[in-house]
Amino acid sequence: MGLWGNVIFPEHHIDSLIDLEDEFIHPYIPNSVPSIKKEMLEAIGAKSTDELYAEMIPDRLLLNREMRLPEPLPDELGLKRHVAGILAKNKTTDEYISFLGGGCWQHYIPKVCEVIQSRSEFLTAYAGGVYSDQGRYQANFEFQSLICELLGMEVSGLPTYDWGAAAGNSVRMASRITGRKEILVPKNMSPARLSILRNFCSSVDPNGGIKITQVDYEDETGRVDLGDLESKLGEEIACVYFENPNYLGVIESEGAKISELAHAYGAESVVGVDPISLGVLASPAEYGADIACGEAQPLGVSMYAGGGSCGFIASRDEERYVAEYPLRLLSIAPTTVEGEYGFGQALYARTSYMAREKAKDWVGTTTVLWGITAAVYMSLLGPTGMKELGETILEKSHYAAEILDDIPGAFVPYRGFFKEFPVVFSKPAEEVNKQLLKYGIFGGSPLTDYPEMGQSALYCVTEMHNLEMIQRLESALREVLA
Amino acid sequence: MKIREYHAPRWNEPIIHELSTPGERGFIPPRSEPEIKKRVGQGSKLVPESMKRKEKPDLPELSQAQVLRHYLRLSQMTLGMELDIDLGVGTCTMKYSPKINEELAGMIKDIHPMQPEETIQGLLELAYEFGDVFLREISGMDAFTFQPPGGSAGCYNNALIMRKYHAERGEAHRDEVITTIYSHPCDAATPATAGYKVITLYPDPETGLPDTEALKEAVGPKTAGCFITNPEDIGIFNKNIDEWTGIIHDAGGLCSYDQANANALLGITRAREAGFDMLFFNLHKTFSSPHGSSGPGSAAVGVTKELEEYLPVPVIIKKDGGYVLDYDRPKSIGKIRDFMGNLPVVVRSYAWCMSLGAKGLKTAAETSMLNNQYLVDKVRKIRGVTLTYPAKRVDQARWSLEQMKQETGVGIADVNRRVVDYGIQSYFMSHHPWLIPEPFTPEPAETYSKADIDYWCAVLEKISEEAYTDPELVKSAPHNSSIHKVDWDGFNDPDRWAMSWRAYQRKQR
Repeated sequence: MGLWGNVIFPEHHIDSLIDLEDEFIHPYIPNSVPSIKKEMLEAIGAKSTDELYAEMIPDRLLLNREMRLPEPLPDELGLKRHVAGILAKNKTTDEYISFLGGGCWQHYIPKVCEVIQSRSEFLTAYAGGVYSDQGRYQANFEFQSLICELLGMEVSGLPTYDWGAAAGNSVRMASRITGRKEILVPKNMSPARLSILRNFCSSVDPNGGIKITQVDYEDETGRVDLGDLESKLGEEIACVYFENPNYLGVIESEGAKISELAHAYGAESVVGVDPISLGVLASPAEYGADIACGEAQPLGVSMYAGGGSCGFIASRDEERYVAEYPLRLLSIAPTTVEGEYGFGQALYARTSYMAREKAKDWVGTTTVLWGITAAVYMSLLGPTGMKELGETILEKSHYAAEILDDIPGAFVPYRGFFKEFPVVFSKPAEEVNKQLLKYGIFGGSPLTDYPEMGQSALYCVTEMHNLEMIQRLESALREVLA
Repeated sequence: MKIREYHAPRWNEPIIHELSTPGERGFIPPRSEPEIKKRVGQGSKLVPESMKRKEKPDLPELSQAQVLRHYLRLSQMTLGMELDIDLGVGTCTMKYSPKINEELAGMIKDIHPMQPEETIQGLLELAYEFGDVFLREISGMDAFTFQPPGGSAGCYNNALIMRKYHAERGEAHRDEVITTIYSHPCDAATPATAGYKVITLYPDPETGLPDTEALKEAVGPKTAGCFITNPEDIGIFNKNIDEWTGIIHDAGGLCSYDQANANALLGITRAREAGFDMLFFNLHKTFSSPHGSSGPGSAAVGVTKELEEYLPVPVIIKKDGGYVLDYDRPKSIGKIRDFMGNLPVVVRSYAWCMSLGAKGLKTAAETSMLNNQYLVDKVRKIRGVTLTYPAKRVDQARWSLEQMKQETGVGIADVNRRVVDYGIQSYFMSHHPWLIPEPFTPEPAETYSKADIDYWCAVLEKISEEAYTDPELVKSAPHNSSIHKVDWDGFNDPDRWAMSWRAYQRKQR
């Protein structure tokens, strides 16, 4: 263990190949070749880069010393061994059977998704225009088109960071559309997502924020308590935000009623969804959603330790909605050649790139590569694949719930879920998980923010789990809870 | 210099819906074992009647090779950084993203973010050490988080810290922030989203230099802080930046440094010496992670000791020889992104820094700066191109084609379409408002060789010649692109815009 903590950095200089009397030629820096550097300096009539910096940055702000950093590993093999050596300390869901979900889910990634997202062109493009990047624009437009088909909507934009950011932007849109400053959200939404939402809704301006009021859920079903919802609705409510399936996996079977109640008070119905459910679940539009949002990571994007998140927002094609989006919205358009498709940005003046502090929230670099991956995924699965996948997930998750419910010391309170469900244990969920690790299993995430649910954890079962894996969980739990 | 003959792939590729053949399939999901079905029945029966999907979604139906071919063609009609001399896209730092780092980042693809800490020690270690060992030294800040998933999100994160900091101190009345017009738009938009009133300072109109007197007039008892990009988007470094942070601090405010594009500053000058309380680096720009067609990116946010307790949760800390995720931080702003942010981006940036080390990072900075001086020297000789302010530029410069426009009628949008005909990515023009007319902003990062820069300038020079001899050729460009000139008229018209195939179908009828 060296100076730099637990990481074992190389002890000695990687030598003369790259470090000859101030000569430093690195494969990532072509003009580090001294003769070229000299030629360039001569061309501009300068003696050194130091001299150039001195003209731009005052001496008192210059570091004027070498940074104290670990010795580098400029040879690729050495670098690979070093970084891979650190990462090899991780365990993955490939090695363990994982039942973790809660906003990031393990699904099968069709190989074609990985091939397309690894293409140099998509991986390394950025902000080019449509004439250089027609293909990227079209792939983005297709993401919008395909996610709209699942959601029953007509407008979507480039993806945003994650479900939380999508929900945050969506409720702010609803607030601007209605001119109202209070929203209702279910009490059992994801605590992390709620935290993100609170940040989006708080304001320095005492009159500028959006008040978040939580609506109770029914103990027996895990669904929104319609009585409590109605009692909290009023003319001051901008929107009712709810999720389907909700954080605890439960299908909000009264979605139409919730939207109807919201609309009765002039509020918007904003629904967050896991789109992988939409081959079997009704689209949000079918039960009255005005704005839909959610998380596209299940659509072909690996988990990447949470780095696979990809939020989306969609709505009906009405100007009052479109005008409030913070996102870049790609529109299809004609070109000077008959029958050719071009693309460009609709109502670009709304975005922060144009309007700065007067913009609708803000937009920036988000998760567009994952949007392209999701487009490939939706194209591969098609309507039949989405339906079959949804059915498989329903069957396997319900099977798991049933056999876990049979275990003494385990109780599955809800039915009518999609791929996740809470399990209440006779022991603390953290303790159960510790034991399960010894069986090569990552148990569900403990629901520590839900004291009313007792010692519970959120279990996720998808198409990745086969019968044997589920049975291994069952037998391990029988022993752990015995 | 010989200019290449180039033509972009032109596939006339239909929208994927148009390629659909009913019944075809691109993928078959796994099915349940009979024992499972026996116990629970058919999956569709497990959905409450009210929530059953009545009609299948109108997704396209294609076989696998046909899906692959379609998206491969779309990728071919995209000029990624790796295929061209992509130095025109300023404020974006289009540098090379080492390919080996893709493989290393891929090592974490099957990790779930809520796995027990003991099973992700390698990941936590790498992220912690990258902040603790590299970014602290590079910036002079004391503590880092990688939760913000993009540069603007990092800026927003800092606005939330500012909000919480003043609220905790009973100074919630501080509701004004200060930025400059040549700071990135996120420095205005994200504090505004957090509820701040934004005061925007304009530079001296003659020199373009940030106006310290204007700052002195703008601060007051309501000042919460400042959000400043430096070097500014036009490439000028504010030499008085430490005086600026002093003025903000004297007024009781905090200072957030936008170092999204710090490429020419690594090992040269730091946020600490400039007096900042917090900063963000864009790891997908300065630290080489690929741009991904616009993300996933990551902002590394660094703060001083005093602000560490406000960082979003969880914070990775060292404990008992290992690494743990600390959620028990009462003054934290909470969360701005689920889980821990975009950690594959952090893996790539760590690897990039480990390949370069102190000397390499400084060489990258010096080279990107020198590349820009060299580019400036060449571009200023091209007919019709002017540099608006005289000051030397650090990593990029904002140019104007106003003269060309007046003399030939060929403007910035025309030239930007024409560069594509020569296999060059269209350049970045400018964020708005366009104080500099007909603007463009190239940024020649250390990735580009002298020959690359020479070639890029030769293309610009050739187009300038065309503008003065055959302006119609430029105005009617592109000629060698995947498509022709797009009709922009519908993008602000609700009857004509279409953000989905189904909307387009409806409006076409």
